Amino acid sequence: MPPSPDAVAALKVGWAGVTDRASLDHPAVDVPAADLLGVLGSLKSLQGFDMLTDVAGVDWGVGARPRFTVVYHLFSTTTHAYLRVASSCPDDAAPQLPSAAALWPGADWHEREAFDMFGIRFAGHPDLRRIIMWDGYPYHPLRKDFPLAGIETPLPDAEITAEVKVGLIAAPMAGGPFVAAAGQMNMGDAEPRAKDESWNERRPKPGT
Amino acid sequence: MVSANAELAYNSKIEGDVVVSRADAVINWIRTSSMWPMPMGLACCAIELMAVGASRFDLARFGAEVMRFSPRQADVMIVSGTVTYKMASAVRRIYDQMCEPKWVIAMGACASTGGMYRSYAVLQGVDRILPVDVYVSGCPPRPEALLDALIKLQEKVKREPSASKLLTA
Ligand code: SF4
Repeated sequence: MPPSPDAVAALKVGWAGVTDRASLDHPAVDVPAADLLGVLGSLKSLQGFDMLTDVAGVDWGVGARPRFTVVYHLFSTTTHAYLRVASSCPDDAAPQLPSAAALWPGADWHEREAFDMFGIRFAGHPDLRRIIMWDGYPYHPLRKDFPLAGIETPLPDAEITAEVKVGLIAAPMAGGPFVAAAGQMNMGDAEPRAKDESWNERRPKPGT
Repeated sequence: MVSANAELAYNSKIEGDVVVSRADAVINWIRTSSMWPMPMGLACCAIELMAVGASRFDLARFGAEVMRFSPRQADVMIVSGTVTYKMASAVRRIYDQMCEPKWVIAMGACASTGGMYRSYAVLQGVDRILPVDVYVSGCPPRPEALLDALIKLQEKVKREPSASKLLTA
């Protein structure tokens, strides 16, 4: 069944802040953070979007405004329509949005992941702990300013750290990361190749 | 393959019920013939480890089929898979709980060096936190490669001065 455009039209009637969002497939809307819970609640109760399939975080880069966006992927098991709802965090330094865990219990772990990887806090979340990295890990690894190789940190267990005397070290990138150049039509040129920003045994990490 | 132990000599006419050998040879023969693995299965390599234990490759031929999920009953930890930093402490703690003598096989590229995961999340080789006896290359290694690693480890154990170690311990 095709996604219904009326969902967006009906939404715009009740919520003046809702605007269309560019999308290649399903209908998508931008919602101001202040209206987010109201919009999600009415989509669930009035339009039958009874399933939250994903909550994804986006970091648009250091200095971008707004820097952090959260995207909710909604699905209706009755009309089989998809809808994407995006909302940007008003504060770039301490990004925060209201939690959708009270509407869809499935939001619980998705929001914990967005918190773990991007440091986006969800107000009203029942148990906002890290879900992938360990409790007490000081960084948010999917932020654009976090290096892929990692940053020196002690291991989660202090007793083990004292025993083995090593912690998390920045991984040797050995010529990587290997990335494909965007927008290249020539497949030879688009082959993944090393970004020359690496360090290894022969070329030590600058500043160490 | 465990060959007949040349150091054990027995002539029933002369010795009756007595077997003369060196303590090292006897201790090491016992140890190499019943190495019980602690399967530290952490990622895709663990699937290959299961194949090694199953009938086609049959780890039992080398006396090492008794996978023990309690470290207290295991002799050799087979680290098969990607060791994340989050898991690293647990791996080390389980190693500490194994009784002496104990050995470690690092199975696959990930356990040996971090493999293709040059990232903030993955320990770059389990030898940073454990003493590794045998490394196995491959992603994943073929089951034969792990059998070979076990045989290499058995050869290594056969050379150990076990008796003097026990006396000085
Ligand atoms: S070495 Fe390869 S097969 Fe083994 S755990 Fe790593 S990625 Fe998986």
